[in-house]
Amino acid sequence: MTRRGISRRSVLAGAGVGTLTTIGGCLSDGGVLGDSGGDDGPTIAVLEDRSGEFALNGTSKWQASLLAVQELNEDGGVLGEEIEVYDPDPQSDNQRYQELTREAINSEDIDALWAGYSSATREAIRPIINEEEQLYFYTTQYEGGVCDRTTFAMGATARQQLGAVIPYMIEEFGPRIYTIAADYNFGQLSGDWVQILADEHDAEVVAEEYIPLGETDFGSTINNIQGEEPDFIASMLVGDSHANFYEQRADTGLDIPMASSTTMAQGYEHLRLEPPALEDMYVGVNYMEEVQTDASQTFVDSFYEEYPDADYLNQEAQNNYFSVHMWAEAVERAGTFDQEEVIAELESGIEVDAPEGTIELDPATHHMTHHMRIGHADENHEVTFDQEQYIEPSFLHEVGCDLTEESEQTQYTPGEFYDAI
Amino acid sequence: MPVDSYELLNLAFQFLDSFAFIVLATVGLAIIFGMMGIINLAHGEFILVGAYATTLSFHAGLPLPLAMLAGVVATTVFGVILERTIIRWLYGRLLDSMVVTFGISLVVVQLVRIQWGNSLPQIGTPLGGISYGNYSYSAYRVLLAGVAIVVLAALYVLFTKTDFGVRARATMQDEETARSMGVDTDRMYLSTFAIGSALAGLTGALYAPATPMSPDLGASFLVEAFVAVVVGGPSVLLGTPLAGGLLGLVDAAFTNVGGQFIGTVALLLTAIVAIRLLPDGITGLLEDIREKRRETE
Repeated sequence: MTRRGISRRSVLAGAGVGTLTTIGGCLSDGGVLGDSGGDDGPTIAVLEDRSGEFALNGTSKWQASLLAVQELNEDGGVLGEEIEVYDPDPQSDNQRYQELTREAINSEDIDALWAGYSSATREAIRPIINEEEQLYFYTTQYEGGVCDRTTFAMGATARQQLGAVIPYMIEEFGPRIYTIAADYNFGQLSGDWVQILADEHDAEVVAEEYIPLGETDFGSTINNIQGEEPDFIASMLVGDSHANFYEQRADTGLDIPMASSTTMAQGYEHLRLEPPALEDMYVGVNYMEEVQTDASQTFVDSFYEEYPDADYLNQEAQNNYFSVHMWAEAVERAGTFDQEEVIAELESGIEVDAPEGTIELDPATHHMTHHMRIGHADENHEVTFDQEQYIEPSFLHEVGCDLTEESEQTQYTPGEFYDAI
Repeated sequence: MPVDSYELLNLAFQFLDSFAFIVLATVGLAIIFGMMGIINLAHGEFILVGAYATTLSFHAGLPLPLAMLAGVVATTVFGVILERTIIRWLYGRLLDSMVVTFGISLVVVQLVRIQWGNSLPQIGTPLGGISYGNYSYSAYRVLLAGVAIVVLAALYVLFTKTDFGVRARATMQDEETARSMGVDTDRMYLSTFAIGSALAGLTGALYAPATPMSPDLGASFLVEAFVAVVVGGPSVLLGTPLAGGLLGLVDAAFTNVGGQFIGTVALLLTAIVAIRLLPDGITGLLEDIREKRRETE
């Protein structure tokens, strides 16, 4: 089946079934039509940005999800049924995300939801997800701390990403760190993590600067960095506009090495920007398409065979891909699409053969233990990997999150638990 | 040189950078809005067309200056086509022009995305950096301030010293009378719109090597451009550099002291205060002063 086939069907499903199920849904609440909602077969929702601020990061997430569904369907579906996909474009707009999430849950009667790139988006739709007790996969690498009964965070957390790269940088280059990050919840909390990691490794954050999304001029930031003479820069900049920083860094000859949890693996800056803009960028990642393993090569080949015009296969796309397969596996084991039973099955500590390597789900926190690597771009933007570690989502364990024991819907922040902040 | 003068140099370069950005983002908009009364919400997309045409021509093998020229030409052609097909029906309809150009901007962004995807490989910034002490600044970005001044001077000459300028201004001020005096007003509207488009294209071409190429890039220019037009006031040629100077100074000073976030806040607060105190902008105030002086004489 082609991608077009899926999306055309889902458009029809959206238009036709949408109207029908509004009526059907009302009736089914009264028990007239049972629980089918007028829809036959399993449906998953994939709400990923294909336009707007995060299109660059969202497009391949969407593509990889559809690829996984296609593989499953070609293989006979899940529980013998073909999976349908509901995938309108939320256009990087949080309000639209909220509307579409409601639509997916109420009218499309979905069995699982994949949605959102930014943490702001996740926090915008999580109340709806909690209210409706919807099984939800969030696949972006993020600041960490979400302990939520129906939410499964597939991406690596700041503790995992920065925890891999910051100690490495302190060892290699020295203890003076200059933090620059995007000015919203993700960036602020990531900055806190840099502070904590610096504290744990006897290093020092000499200055931190939080930069509004959409800012394009970094002249003064660069001057400030030059004034402080740090050993390396910790950069958690986000989005297209912020990529200007790397361009201006190269342009002014600022040759201080950089550590990051956000660049290259998501917005493929190493391919978009002309070398040597990203020279000496070190990023803590669980996956990039450059990772040299057989599993990764197979994934990359089938991805580009399906989407020959795709720009890049990013870290999040891999997370979408393996999590769709993981969900299907849990459904098969549970023998039902019932979300409570699928959650119980996921909480049994499921293991998946992902392109990044074999990884397992941590039942207590609903996060993944990831293979974390340090990706390094040289002056020609060639990426190599160093120091593979298998890192657990430890922060939520430290705060005592155990979803198998106690139901919660909290996001913990590092500031509440560490003195360094 | 003592450390303080290095920091002063930082401030100076940051000012020139902001000044260039504000002036270049604004000129095209200022001409189309200030002279023709069209609120062009697609201004950012005119810049986008210039930037994309430049980047695509560069990657097709043209040297950078020629690629930039191609960017300007492409935007001019784009502007002329739009003027002939859509904009010409909107002269004198301020609010309608806003809605229509907003629609155009959405369509252009989406078409660009469909055609070229979410990004283009970028052209590296030429010229490297200027080093002083621990510090350095992008030479290209400083050069842009020079270009901004040249553009303003050229426009001044064009609109005040040439026959074309007189006809164009006559058309904008009183179309009926101008036409009865033998001015081809239709052509004047078209050429003025073409000049505005060419300037937006020039901005896109100049920033093509200095900003990542994505279909949304116009948005980063639009806000500054509108703030500068409103703060500048009705006189296009004088208002643009004055607003660029004032806003550039505020931006550079506050960013230098408090970081990017404080700089942006200061810029928006200045705009609010300026609009509250000077509803007709800086040039409106200058006009008032001149008027009063004339009365007392």
